[in-house]
Amino acid sequence: MPKFDEKPRVFLEEFRVKNAPEDYGLDDETWDFKKFVKKFKIVVVRMDNFEMEFDLIGIQPAFANAFRRLMLSEVPSMAIEKVMIKNNTSIIQDEVLAHRLGLIPLKADPRLFEYKSEEDTEGTEFNTLEFSLKVKCTNSKSQPKDSYRAEDLYENHSIYSSHMKWHPIGNQATVYKEADVGPVHKDILISKMRPGHEIDLQMIAVKGIGKDHAKFSPVATATYRLLPEVTLTREVCDSEATLLQSCFSPGVIGIDSKNRAYVKDARYDACSRNVYRYDTIKDSAILSRVRDHFIFNVESVGAIPPQIIFVEAVKILRDKCRSFLDELNKFS
Amino acid sequence: MMGELNKKQNEWDTKGLRDPVKTLEDKWKLVPSFLQVKGLVKQHIDSFNYFINVEIKKIVQANEKVFCESDPLFYIKYLNAYVGTPDLEEGFNITKPTTPHECRLRDITYSAPITVDIEYIRGNQRVIKNKQLIGRMPLMLRSSNCVLTNKSDFELAQLNECPHDPGGYFIIRGQEKVILIQEQLSRNRMIVDEFKGAVQCQVTSSTHEKKTRTNVILKHGKYVLRHNALSDDIPIAVAFKAMGICSDQEIMQLVGTDDNTIKKMAPCILDCHNLKIFTQNQALTYIGSKLKVKRYQGGNTKVRSPIDDARELLATTILAHVSVENYNFYVKAIYLAIMVKRVIEAETNKTAIDDPDYYGNKRLELAGSLLALMFEDLFKRFNWELKSIADKIIPKVKAAPFDVVKHMRPDLIANGLFTAISSGNWTIKRFKMERHGVTQVLSRLSYISALGMMTRVNSQFEKTRKVSGPRSLQASQWGMLCPSDTPEGEACGLVKNLALMTHITTECSEEPIAKLACNAGVEDVRLLGGEEINHPAVYIVFLNGNILGVSRQYKRLIKVFRMFRRRGLISAFVSIYPNHNQRTVYICSDGGRLCRPYIIVERGNTLVQQSHLNELNRGIRKFQDFLNDGLIEYLDVNEENDSHIATREVDIDPYVTTHLEIEPFTILGVCAGLVPYPHHNQSPRNTYQCAMGKQAMGTIGYNQKNRIDTLMYNLVYPQCPMVKSKTIELINFDKLPAGQNATVAVMSYSGYDIEDALILNKASIDRGYGRCLVYKSAKTTMKRYSNQTSDRILGPSRDAVTGKVIRTHDVLDSDGIAAPGEMVENRQVLINKQMPPATINPVTQGQPQQIEYKDVPVTYKGPVESYIEKVMVSSNSEDAFLIKILLRQTRVPEIGDKFSSRHGQKGVTGLIVQQEDMPFNDRGICPDMIMNPHGFPSRMTVGKTIELLAGKAGLLEGKFHYGTAFGGSKVQDVCKELEKHGYNYHGKDIFYSGLTGEPLEAYIYSGPVYYQKLKHMVQDKMHARARGPRAVLTRQPTEGRSRDGGLRLGEMERDCLIGYGASMLIMERLMLASDAFTADICGACGRLANRAWCHTCRSSAAVSSVEMPYACKLLFQELASMNIVPKLTLKKYS
Repeated sequence: MPKFDEKPRVFLEEFRVKNAPEDYGLDDETWDFKKFVKKFKIVVVRMDNFEMEFDLIGIQPAFANAFRRLMLSEVPSMAIEKVMIKNNTSIIQDEVLAHRLGLIPLKADPRLFEYKSEEDTEGTEFNTLEFSLKVKCTNSKSQPKDSYRAEDLYENHSIYSSHMKWHPIGNQATVYKEADVGPVHKDILISKMRPGHEIDLQMIAVKGIGKDHAKFSPVATATYRLLPEVTLTREVCDSEATLLQSCFSPGVIGIDSKNRAYVKDARYDACSRNVYRYDTIKDSAILSRVRDHFIFNVESVGAIPPQIIFVEAVKILRDKCRSFLDELNKFS
Repeated sequence: MMGELNKKQNEWDTKGLRDPVKTLEDKWKLVPSFLQVKGLVKQHIDSFNYFINVEIKKIVQANEKVFCESDPLFYIKYLNAYVGTPDLEEGFNITKPTTPHECRLRDITYSAPITVDIEYIRGNQRVIKNKQLIGRMPLMLRSSNCVLTNKSDFELAQLNECPHDPGGYFIIRGQEKVILIQEQLSRNRMIVDEFKGAVQCQVTSSTHEKKTRTNVILKHGKYVLRHNALSDDIPIAVAFKAMGICSDQEIMQLVGTDDNTIKKMAPCILDCHNLKIFTQNQALTYIGSKLKVKRYQGGNTKVRSPIDDARELLATTILAHVSVENYNFYVKAIYLAIMVKRVIEAETNKTAIDDPDYYGNKRLELAGSLLALMFEDLFKRFNWELKSIADKIIPKVKAAPFDVVKHMRPDLIANGLFTAISSGNWTIKRFKMERHGVTQVLSRLSYISALGMMTRVNSQFEKTRKVSGPRSLQASQWGMLCPSDTPEGEACGLVKNLALMTHITTECSEEPIAKLACNAGVEDVRLLGGEEINHPAVYIVFLNGNILGVSRQYKRLIKVFRMFRRRGLISAFVSIYPNHNQRTVYICSDGGRLCRPYIIVERGNTLVQQSHLNELNRGIRKFQDFLNDGLIEYLDVNEENDSHIATREVDIDPYVTTHLEIEPFTILGVCAGLVPYPHHNQSPRNTYQCAMGKQAMGTIGYNQKNRIDTLMYNLVYPQCPMVKSKTIELINFDKLPAGQNATVAVMSYSGYDIEDALILNKASIDRGYGRCLVYKSAKTTMKRYSNQTSDRILGPSRDAVTGKVIRTHDVLDSDGIAAPGEMVENRQVLINKQMPPATINPVTQGQPQQIEYKDVPVTYKGPVESYIEKVMVSSNSEDAFLIKILLRQTRVPEIGDKFSSRHGQKGVTGLIVQQEDMPFNDRGICPDMIMNPHGFPSRMTVGKTIELLAGKAGLLEGKFHYGTAFGGSKVQDVCKELEKHGYNYHGKDIFYSGLTGEPLEAYIYSGPVYYQKLKHMVQDKMHARARGPRAVLTRQPTEGRSRDGGLRLGEMERDCLIGYGASMLIMERLMLASDAFTADICGACGRLANRAWCHTCRSSAAVSSVEMPYACKLLFQELASMNIVPKLTLKKYS
């Protein structure tokens, strides 16, 4: 057994995930702010407008999980909530059409809007966005003789999210630019039509949270995994080395010039535990994961960049804690 | 011995015969090619085509002449009969062609006119009239006369028809009806069985005129002939003598001359001597005396002697299918002798007893033959009616000569056929046949349920009898009937389904076969004596149960026949096989035999070569070409038994194998074919899935949006399963799917998943998982009555004060019919129809007064609101307005909705969990559904675990894996694929708890599994009541959800309360909460009093009020009405 440093670990055994023998879980530790500050680290690994990978090191799983949960379900975003259908002669049913429209991710910063309460019948410029969709399918004017493709024969035979039109209310037109509001992706297919079909409807988007409906979730997914670690217990060389290499994700195990296997970088190992399939090399590697090293992966739906989503989640947790403390203080 | 065998084998090897047979790649492609020609419902269509194109002409020809008694010169002669193309009568003899979908929507029958060419006498002239309408024939969809046949997908779409719809059913008054395949014992065959310890040989003869049963039974050591028309059993020797075989020696020669037979026959011969019957006439007299007295002698005035009667009986009724010409009974006598021989054989050799459950002895009756029976009966009645009209009218002196054409009413035959199909009651008068439930409404719950119905085989066996024989799986069902697809419970094993490649034969003409047999060395039996017939070197040849002759070289005969069949010189469905125990060769060309194609193997080589299959792949070769070239042939159950069939190429033994299976998965039927890896499952699970696949909602056809069914379930986003099977592709289930691929984690969660309950992810539901559309329809007709009044529809009523439309009429358009797109709630009016009060008596003459109309609205009922999808206004066949409204509901999965995988694993939703609470894996995937692992050990549905693996690998690879029965992607390969993509080889991943955020201790088996949403949803079942309606008679709460009924506290529940001693609770539940009633009882006489006044005592002095159940009071009154006086003795309660 090689010597491990103090990092708390879980070991990936052949049939189960097992904590280190003297590890009783991070929740058992007493909270020490100084210690936390010393240990805690955030490393952003990769980031763009839609996706972000970052590490949260030295934190309890409860916190990491709380952030994950909040990003999924409590960070608000805007989505179409009400659809007023004036005319729908296409084959898609009104309810299904409305459901599909609701799931379209919208470009709009939810921080600039308020929640619309149940009692409000009329939306205001502060809590709603209005869109309309009016498409009519017709026979194409230039009827090519030799083509049977729908795109040649008909006009507007597919409705895409780009057909949605934003109608500013109040002074929304001055506050937001046309480009800032609307569907994130222009090419989401909403429905298909044939000549004679017509869709004419109005949509109202409001702010909401993922707990209420998945369409309000600002992320496609927000998840984390623990940092994998691979430790070799003995020298593995030649054919065994290549076999060992094949048991891990590419780039995890390297083979040096003497045909010996060494651990290159275990970070992106998929933890498939396929080493255990081969009796010859079963004993050569110990698979483990660092319990307080969370590799977060946040995929934004596109309305707000992922880093802001995370910060919002942190803010929500802070506010929740504050209100909890306030409640507690009422009794003391 | 072994060494010798090995040596021999080595010898063979040197000839290269033992070389392994090369496997044929893509052999299975013959299956789609077969289905292209034969299709899944081809048996129905073939049978119906045969009926309308061939058999109907034969029937008309058989009954071609109608005479009348009052005029000997008068006659009608049918020259020919035709069934036309489907049309609609629009009144005044104007017809217009129609389409099936129009008939469905407008509640009309999809039918075609039956016309005949007739020759008849009008006055003194002979008249020929062509194309005279005599009735209408309901048309089977996709039959030869249907508008849908040979149409391209585009043309079908223009006719509003789904290209994947199999056809094979009828549309009667807008309803789709299937004539189920009926299974019965084959006719005209000898069947030896043991009945109450006595061996008997039974023949059910069936001809066009008669259907009778003849038995030869061993009774007290003697053989007797038993028949329904005879009041007593006839000694067999007497029967022989009556047939003209008078000498005992001749009888013995016919039956057999070995010692055993002589010993057994001796008492019979002796018996005959004791009866003093020596001549044919004596024998006939004897039989004549045993005739059952006919209750009434039909119109026949000729009185015949008993001898003539007996002779007639022998000729036409006993063994009716053996034809007798000029009262020459020789062939019939031989037939009878063979029956006796069979009984003698079976006495000592129990293996000679036939198995009545053996499928070679069964015939399947299809729509065509059933309709033929019905039509012949109706046609005879039609002719009889014409005759009686002629009888009545001809004697009368009339201005115009009697023209029989004017009295031909097409309604008789049309309505007869329509009602038979729509009610399913098959009453054939001449055979005294009465059958119920022959037809069923085509279930359109899903595409599979409709397909499954078309392949269903119904057994005539009684369902209540507890016998295992007919219900258990018979070895001869192999490949013909699906071993998995049968319902559970009552009809288990009696209702079966055809396998994928099964074909049911239609009749083909006997004459060419008989001729061929003669040319192949069959000698006519009429020229031979008993000794020759029973000679041990000779085989008797039967054709469809009739003796054709004897053959000295049966092997050559069989070879010749098979060769001719492979060459296509005789029908491919003629079968020939020997029975060595009986020393007979049977040739069959009758309809209703089960058969299936096989690849022919000769000398260890399959005739189908890879080159042929390549040609098939390139589309140059079709299935029919394989048949024509003699590479593939059809074998029926009996011939299958005479063949050596290898399942795979490696099983081919060059010296015995005659045939090779095309693909083993074709032994399963349509429904069982959906199950991936069924060969890894415990067999009952596949059976359960077969039942559940029919309840799964999804798509029912490309035309589903055009249909207005009373009930239709659709899935919003149906998906093709990740793990397909070849059957799925063959039957186009991937194009009309019923289910969705759910990412399943096999783990326990929260405790709301016990007893097969499922945990669903709320985010998945929000994104559209399991969402379904439920369509219901409401309809009404606007009738016109005989008194010149008619129904009417009014616009919405307005409140007199406010002028607003009243709430129940909110959704009505100005025409009084609900407007499309509107939302309707409980009790709102859909159609504001009104009816005149009197519909029969004419309205009082004079001024047309304002009549008070009665409101008869069509209202919406249901706890959850619906939307109006569309409204159809049309007219039906009675020219009445027909209004149909289609209502739609979108339903999201909720707790209690039923889901099932394709492995007979059903479960209800136990809990719907927020996405963040769901466990998630390294890649951030959280499952759509969590399934409890306790579902696996006892059910042993290993197939499901493999489906999960294969599905997961398919996702990673971007392809569909196959779980075809007895084949499919191998677990090893699938796991390798997982490994390749960095997943665990066993399919188990690390999951983190969504609640604590820490990794779960166990690795979780997860991946996509195809789940079906079943039609059972809580919304249709939820029910509760506090107060509500009561039944009029008993004043107890009504029963059932539809009547807002109460929940019954039954006997067992009552027993619990009694055991517990909770008497007051019983009192409350059974009386106070039900039908409590305060009755007045006279304490003096103990009878019921009326309004505190006792009528018997004429006083009210002793009357007191007693509380009792109303049912009790009712009982007292009912008893009193039967002169029983129940008296109550009242006591002061202290």
